[in-house]
Amino acid sequence: MIVTSALIIWKGLMCITGSESPVVVVLSGSMEPGFKRGDILFLHMSKEPIRAGEIVVFNVDGREIPIVHRVIKVHEHEDGEVDVLTKGDNNFGDDRLLYAQGQMWLQRHHIMGRAVG
Amino acid sequence: MCAIASISDNFSSPSPTSQVQVLNINWFRNKPDGDDEVSMTMNISADLQSLFTWNTKQVFVFLAAEYETPQNSLNQVSLWDGIIPAKEHAKFYIHTTNKYRFVDQGSNLRGRDFNLTLHWHVMPKTGKMFADKIVMTGFYLPQSYR
Repeated sequence: MIVTSALIIWKGLMCITGSESPVVVVLSGSMEPGFKRGDILFLHMSKEPIRAGEIVVFNVDGREIPIVHRVIKVHEHEDGEVDVLTKGDNNFGDDRLLYAQGQMWLQRHHIMGRAVG
Repeated sequence: MCAIASISDNFSSPSPTSQVQVLNINWFRNKPDGDDEVSMTMNISADLQSLFTWNTKQVFVFLAAEYETPQNSLNQVSLWDGIIPAKEHAKFYIHTTNKYRFVDQGSNLRGRDFNLTLHWHVMPKTGKMFADKIVMTGFYLPQSYR
């Protein structure tokens, strides 16, 4: 009974937030002091364009674990497609080292959600 | 508790201020990979003290150059950022070159005018994050590389 309710709430959250994974747990210290290891984040993925400063959760092709970092560069093309660069607040360099081989930017389809709180 | 915190945050009406001056274009070139890059020195001053409430954990602030090019309808390039952990540090004046490289996708920066926008993201101890910005217009890059 408990498991079923939890599942219903989880699926409900997926529906409402429009995100595959509506709640995530912070795994690393790369966003400190804002987010610490173990912090829980609520995600939301709207159709709004991605803008600098937003904290997004993304998956790198071929990697299992999603990463929660801030968008520091946005290049939006005429057709609406967007190239995005991210960086952990507490990291010295941007995330290009984390992206797949030869990948310079993230696109919208890499991004699972925005952290809202 | 999250909800109560967020609701109480809605009652505060912050009034931050900011000013940025571009003191010097240090260099401006087209890189071997074809993209333009520019380095500049700026004075950035701001007073964000009014953003802090009992529920504020930190404020993340960054300055982005924002401009349009023929191939991209919007470009936002973060030039500098900082974390303000407490109200006492929220009124500041810094003299700095751009922390992050100002690189275009292409070679569209000559003579380009751009805005410098100071963005802030308030991270609460608990509850919803909120963000806002001040747009400062009137900046432009030189017509030729140097």
